[in-house]
Amino acid sequence: MSFRQPLLRRFAVLPIALSALSFTACATEYPQTTLQPVTDFGAEINSVFYLAFWLTMAILAIVVVVLGYVLVRYRSRPGATPRKIYGNNLAEILWTAGPAVIVVIILVPTVRTIFNTYKEAPEGALVVEAIGHQWWWEFRYPELGLTTANQLHLPVGRPVEIQLSSKDVLHNFWVPRIGGKRYNYPTVALPEGAPAPKNYKRLSFTIEEPGEYLGQCAEFCGTSHALMRMKVVAQTEAEFQAWAESMKSPANAIPEPGTLEERGYNTFMRGGCIACHSINGTSATFSSVGPNLTGIGSRWSIGAGTAHNTPENLAKWIQNSGSMKPGSQMTPFPQIAGEDLEALVAYLRSLK
Amino acid sequence: MVTAEATIRTVPKSESGIWSWITTVDHKRIGLMYGVTAIFFFLVGGLEALLLRIQLARPENDFVSAETFNQLYTMHGTTMIFLVGMPIAVAFFNYLMPLQIGARDVAFPRLNALSYWIYLFGAIFMNASFLFNAAPNGGWFGYVPLSSDYSPGPNMDFWVIGLQVLGVSSIMGGVNFITTILNMRAPGMKLMRLPPFTWMTMVTSFLVITALPVFAVALFMVTFDRFFGTRFFDPMAGGDAELYQHLFWVFGHPEVYILILPGFGIISEVIPTFSRKPLFGYSLVIYSGILIALVGWGVWAHHMFAVGMGPIADSFFAITSLIVAIPTGVKIFNWLATMWGGTIEFKMPMLWAIAFLLFFTFGGVSGIHLGVAPADLQETDTYYVVAHFHYVLLGGLVMAIFAGIYYWFPKITGKFLSEKIGRWHFWFYVIGMNMTFFPMHIAGLLGMPRRIFTYSADLNLETINMIITIGGFLTGIGALIFAYNLIKSLKGPATAGPNPWGASALEWATQSPPPAHNFNNIPVVTSREPLWDDEAAMLEQANGEIKKPIHMPNSSYWPIFTAFAIVLSSALLMTGQWWAPLIGFGLIALGILNWTHEPA
Repeated sequence: MSFRQPLLRRFAVLPIALSALSFTACATEYPQTTLQPVTDFGAEINSVFYLAFWLTMAILAIVVVVLGYVLVRYRSRPGATPRKIYGNNLAEILWTAGPAVIVVIILVPTVRTIFNTYKEAPEGALVVEAIGHQWWWEFRYPELGLTTANQLHLPVGRPVEIQLSSKDVLHNFWVPRIGGKRYNYPTVALPEGAPAPKNYKRLSFTIEEPGEYLGQCAEFCGTSHALMRMKVVAQTEAEFQAWAESMKSPANAIPEPGTLEERGYNTFMRGGCIACHSINGTSATFSSVGPNLTGIGSRWSIGAGTAHNTPENLAKWIQNSGSMKPGSQMTPFPQIAGEDLEALVAYLRSLK
Repeated sequence: MVTAEATIRTVPKSESGIWSWITTVDHKRIGLMYGVTAIFFFLVGGLEALLLRIQLARPENDFVSAETFNQLYTMHGTTMIFLVGMPIAVAFFNYLMPLQIGARDVAFPRLNALSYWIYLFGAIFMNASFLFNAAPNGGWFGYVPLSSDYSPGPNMDFWVIGLQVLGVSSIMGGVNFITTILNMRAPGMKLMRLPPFTWMTMVTSFLVITALPVFAVALFMVTFDRFFGTRFFDPMAGGDAELYQHLFWVFGHPEVYILILPGFGIISEVIPTFSRKPLFGYSLVIYSGILIALVGWGVWAHHMFAVGMGPIADSFFAITSLIVAIPTGVKIFNWLATMWGGTIEFKMPMLWAIAFLLFFTFGGVSGIHLGVAPADLQETDTYYVVAHFHYVLLGGLVMAIFAGIYYWFPKITGKFLSEKIGRWHFWFYVIGMNMTFFPMHIAGLLGMPRRIFTYSADLNLETINMIITIGGFLTGIGALIFAYNLIKSLKGPATAGPNPWGASALEWATQSPPPAHNFNNIPVVTSREPLWDDEAAMLEQANGEIKKPIHMPNSSYWPIFTAFAIVLSSALLMTGQWWAPLIGFGLIALGILNWTHEPA
């Protein structure tokens, strides 16, 4: 048994550590990376992470070096005799106090960051209610009177407060490039228009960079937890206002008579869809059981990130969403088929 | 041989064959049964993991369905923690602790057997759910309201009932071990002369008897919500889902110390033996173990930093979580200092102990990152956490268990595990384990949440996941090589004498394997390292002419009978009728009545 073995072990660690560094790279390559934040919130979290990371790496390095030294220097050799030492008080004090000092160094900015990230959003912040459902996201903008689903439009440069709740089980709202995550809890229903009670089930941040940021539910919430995804679309204030306008008064909600889209609109109004879905600009605005479909033609996906938004996928979803998203609570509609289905798909895709 | 008419007043007399195992109350045999069962479930849990990893090797894969994946990951966690991690520690506690303190058995031998049989039957009950394609699927933690209101069907019934029963088994064991250590030590075996493994047995047992009841309460609440219409966690009825999380983690955090402290105990035995040097800072190693157990009660909500408990709560738990790292560091430095100035023998137990030092520290470091509450908001519920706990468990606990098995195998069997096969086991496992779990830190930081049956190809995490899966298979091969080593070495020559490693504690004074009564004469202990300070005297007392009569506890049918009755009663609750378990209560009463009337 040669002495090389413990050395080998020590060095096996290095390539692993080096490869880790290569992944701090591009956000375009890793759309859900936590290492490229675009908000004040995300940046502050990261800076305290890096502090803790490097300090602990120093401790790890000490342990690795000492271990390596000990294995080489004190390996059993002929004639070597061990010293019978039972302890050393000074050593104990040093290696208790040393880590304690490092712990304090980490804790001071940690506590400061904790308080900062819980600060209430200032007056004038955009309030969005993020309501978790099995397995999709409902987003309400109370001040704008808007409801949408799965794709969250937000303005850049304006403080945002996300208030979190759930209609069923625990969910967890997470858009890594925006920052940390927060649970969605089932809550007692509030009367319409009542302000949210002061509690901490919220996230506050200001986005600094326009772009599209992917996210997903981070608390196991049942069969299709893995398919409960979302996208944040961070836009300039002007673009955001334009989007809000187009949502309140959508252009193509009621199509021209005689078009394929109009046939689809009729299929929508009569095929049972309105029991769960609403579309602004039509008379179907009373149900929020299922995702609001206003503007669905512009959304990046179908089924909260289950599939890309293509005519084929949309058709398949309508006929049997359960085949694409296990456990989906949308009833299958195999009876909508052929030209009706084609028309319905065309109508929905025209809602931009 | 069992007599044909076994009445209440006679006890079984088998000393060999299957009946001798079924009726045994010998702590060594019970320890072996715990060990074999735990190793079996280690392979089961490992298989579950490999199935998960095949599914996750590629994005949008369809190797298993979402439902199957959710059952597999739930059972993987539940199995590894409750059917492997805790029982394997109990296997060691059972076999070794009475030998280390110079006793002939534990304080309550039949209760000991009862604990084992409840574990076995409870484990079979939970895994029987697979036969109905109804394995638990709500995660090993079973958060409400998913586990209470949103999981119709028997899956989570198996979970709440099975874990409740297993908890009973653990608590009984904890009571037994504490009573034994406090009351049955050999003359001269003062508490501060106890081997560190026995100390950790005691500390762990205190954690078990205090933490498991909290989980029992939480499980009762979920059981009542599921079966009897209560609404403990429904906000519309004044309840709160957050309550379950607090109860679960008040149990759950001490639980992870229950898992690791036995491993710390084993390492504290192995390193001094193979460095030929006393444990450095013995008192501080013991006190830090106690401190970890105490402070460990105050850190639970670091599992809940994303809940939004407010800045004061978050700060409190971040502070306590980083504080608990300090006594853990003290232990690591004391182990290093034990090796410093020693002469290190690179035998298998020591290789595992060295690997433990390195990889447990890795896990400890990522644990500190998770304790920094704001950073945890990104890391929690991602593969970063999965990486952390697998490092402390597979790089920590499991490596310590391997060290312990290689170390004490000669004492238990009189034979050595093959060093040659052991090296293959070691390298496959170490390389595999790192290849599996190191990339998970990266996957988590790149945005991969946990408990997902698939992930989008858009995330570009395919390569990382493929590497992880391959690593998983290497680890599995390592585990299989270990099983092979066990089986092959059992056929080897019995060349190990009482103290093949030149260790210092009392168990090394007896024969290998020890006789049923452990010591011919209970040794009188005069130091912390009895075999280093006076080996001849210890060997003479342990193996010399028997000077006093020896009374050993009788075997008994009633532990296995009562255990079966307990698990049956609990299982009858699955019918959904409140009176169904009462049928089983009659059997339990019968078992206990006979138990109390038979001669001990």
